[in-house]
Formats: sequence, C-alpha cells, structure tokens
Amino acid sequence: MVTINGEPKEVAGKSVLEVLASMDLDPKRSAVMIGGEILPKAEYEKTLKDGDEVDIVGFVGGG
Amino acid sequence: MEKGTFPVTESDFATAIDSRSDKPIYHVLKPSRIGIAGLGGLGSNIASALVRSGVGHLVIADFDQVELSNINRQLYTLAHIGQDKATALREILSGINPFCEIESHVVRITEENVCALFGECDIIIEAFDVPEQKAMLVNAVMEKMPEKYLISGSGMAGYGNANAIRTRNVTKKLTLCGDGTTDVADGVGLTASRVIICAGHMASRAIELLLGPRDPGPKEDRQP
Repeated sequence: MVTINGEPKEVAGKSVLEVLASMDLDPKRSAVMIGGEILPKAEYEKTLKDGDEVDIVGFVGGG
Repeated sequence: MEKGTFPVTESDFATAIDSRSDKPIYHVLKPSRIGIAGLGGLGSNIASALVRSGVGHLVIADFDQVELSNINRQLYTLAHIGQDKATALREILSGINPFCEIESHVVRITEENVCALFGECDIIIEAFDVPEQKAMLVNAVMEKMPEKYLISGSGMAGYGNANAIRTRNVTKKLTLCGDGTTDVADGVGLTASRVIICAGHMASRAIELLLGPRDPGPKEDRQP
C-alpha cells in the first residue's frame, strides 16, 4: 500500500508518471514528494513501493 | 500611544507595531529576509502585509510591467502603469515601511537564477500565475535549497466561496495556500477579494514561521 496525500492507495509497482496520469495531472504542473523530499522530474519513471508516503501537488493558474 | 507625526523614526515605527501585538515582535521580524517570486495579485499584496508587519528585508522579483488589467487586484495604482512591477512595488513598500530593506529585481526567474536571487532568504514565497512556473519554482527550490521554507499559492480564481481557500502544510518545509482547484484558465477571472484572501494566508504562514506557532485555534481549523 502506498499513501498518497494521506490516503492509502493500491499503486505499489506503478510509476509516478502513471499515478499522475490516473489523477489527471500534468507532470509539468506538478510537484511530487516522497517521504517529504522532492522527487526530481528526471525520476518520474520511478516505481512506487509499499510503504511510500507520497505527496502530490497539482498547480492551477492564477495569482 | 500618540497618533504620531511625519516623518517617522524607526523607533516610533517599532513601538507602533509592537503596540498592536500582545508581545514585542518588531525585533524578531526586523532581521528576517523573505523572497517573493512574482509580483502580481499574490506577490504585491503579500509584500504589503509583510512590510506592514515589520519584516526587515524583502527580495522581490518579476520581469513584468504594470498594466491596466492588473489594477483590479494588484497593489499598484494607475500612476504605475508601464513601470516595471519590481520597481513600482519597491516604491510603494518604501512608503509603507521605509525601514525595510528592499532588493528588487526586474528579471525572469528560472531554475538557473533562483539560488542567486533567493539563496539568502529565510522563507521563499511562490506567487506566480502560470501553473508551469509555480511547479518550476517549487521543484527548483526544494531540489536546490531543501533547507528553505517555501510557501506556494494555487487556486484563488473567480469570486465567492471564500472559506474554500485554506492553508495546508504539505511537508515540514512546504506550505500550500489556496482552494487547490479554481483555475483562471477556466475563464472565471480573478478578483481582488479572493486573491487577497490567498495572499493573506500566505503572508500569515510566513509571519507564523518567523514568530512561532500561536494558540492552535478551533480544532477543525488546525493545520497538520
């Protein structure tokens, strides 16, 4: 089980890119943290594993 | 205290700020340095709140110039139209708190210059409007300067539903303010009232980081 934004999800074995796509998020408008540390964009192919605590922020426009 | 006269000394300014707090705060906020990336509706209003509070050093940066369509929500006045936002904002802020040292940069902020611009800051505030730029800054700061506190805004378009805008501490270092969903790209526009609510959340988080947490407030409003 992987925790995403505080919710348990059955996404162990999926890549960060796959998870972003399933949440309808554009990687260019997102920030992904694993265990509180930012995941560099170049590592979005990385596969999530059981116990990972992931925070995902999808940005929207306006300011 | 007396209503005061102009010009004002820094000692009077500090006394006035402390008189509106339950404990002395000026001496804590004065040495702090905050960076603001983007000086539109969020950035200009955040800067106003921070200099009024007594923050002593601001680094402000934006490549853009003031235009008429900005006036509906940004701190500028009609007389600033055509001026660089960084320069115009510096002038406005100096009129509010002349004891705040303001470093202004007319520059497009990129992954390459973010450390040079904001490396000396205690807190960095992301106040862009384009979502790719927001993501760029958050990723760049957290990768290159993971020790920095970072406050970002996302979701304050349209009008109404003021309570949907909230503060969420995503990690120990990253705070996200906004409703997370209302997107200016959906054609709902931007209003001063709602942008200023989000700017207030962001400035409030910065002040809280500098002064330390207060009484936690009602349980339902507590932040993780």
